[in-house]
Amino acid sequence: MSGQLSSKNKRPLSPHLQIYKPQITSVLSFLHRATGVALCFGIPFFVWWIAAAASGSCAYDFFIKLCASPIGIFCLFGWTVCFYYYLANGIRHLLWDAGALLEIKNVYISGYLVLFFTALLTVGSWGFIFF
Amino acid sequence: MVQFTLPKNSKIEKGRVIDAAGDAKRKKTFIVYRWNPEELDENGNTLNPRLDEYTIDLDKCGPMVLDALMYIKDSIDHGLTFRKSCREGICGSCAMNINGTNTLACTKDINDCKGDVKVTPLPHMSIIKDLVPDLNHVYAQYRNIEPWLKTDSSAPDRERLQSSEDANLLNGDDGRGPSGCILCFCCTTSCPSYWWNGDRFLGAAILQQAYRWIIDSRDEATGDRLDQLEDPFRLYRCHTIMNCSNTCPKGLNPGKAIAEIKKLMLARS
Repeated sequence: MSGQLSSKNKRPLSPHLQIYKPQITSVLSFLHRATGVALCFGIPFFVWWIAAAASGSCAYDFFIKLCASPIGIFCLFGWTVCFYYYLANGIRHLLWDAGALLEIKNVYISGYLVLFFTALLTVGSWGFIFF
Repeated sequence: MVQFTLPKNSKIEKGRVIDAAGDAKRKKTFIVYRWNPEELDENGNTLNPRLDEYTIDLDKCGPMVLDALMYIKDSIDHGLTFRKSCREGICGSCAMNINGTNTLACTKDINDCKGDVKVTPLPHMSIIKDLVPDLNHVYAQYRNIEPWLKTDSSAPDRERLQSSEDANLLNGDDGRGPSGCILCFCCTTSCPSYWWNGDRFLGAAILQQAYRWIIDSRDEATGDRLDQLEDPFRLYRCHTIMNCSNTCPKGLNPGKAIAEIKKLMLARS
């Protein structure tokens, strides 16, 4: 077969992401990577917060005002979700590395638990701030 | 490397629509990936892959997706190309992606497929024709783990014996241990990490076989085998995504086997 393909033609690559069904296994893995990246982008702002606190009330007030703006709250809420997801799924990864929860049934149960705790802790944290 | 989109020559185009069901009572449409290296345009270039739609009468074919493919090949389109042999889930030839997950066409019941049945080759593989992927690379990776018994001690007068407990490590108490693998590569090709790093990452099927030899009580090269896997790519590109175990048509757990190798690495360091 391979001899019949002239040198200028290449074999096609079969479809992958385009056709593979999203499922709890791959979607949660993707979210782990995505939330990790999002948290990296948060680090400079975290440093800014600490630096502002160290450099006096004027800088700190400015930072807090920024946080209280709609965009600020949106970002903080996003980072809260990312943080709790990364934390919960990180614990799941530690358990996996210890050899636990590796049957597909347990992979699914623990996956849904991660989502549940992410929602619970996020809502809990913001509820604590506002009420 | 990570490339989320398909190369230009691999983009899938719309294909032919063939209704061979007439006024049948039980109709089903199969959407099948087609690519033929011998179909060329006027400049001598191969055409892009396409999806052909075949609507067939289910009363004229057997119950499994493989039966439908054979029916299409026999009575509608003789050119349709796919691998098959045992038709009972033990040879691993007819591994393909059916409605978004990898499985064996011969054990996939058509009635378990809701709506149209979309059939594409094992994902992210070089295609030889239609549903036939090039398996040379995965076989080379299999060769790389030296999947045979290695010993230093002199050969005994009879077979090398093994306790039933040691045999169970390979076979599994429920028959779903690593030696139940039929090398269909459903697991390997379901893994996004293998899609992006398959040139150097060994993938689920091969790592599960590596584990099978590592834990074989008769094998005397355990340390060498672990040395061979101590590599950022060969073993550690596994990020416990677990698509592999989710898709294995034999119900094995390659993801767990890989995790066990990682534990053995840690235990000896």
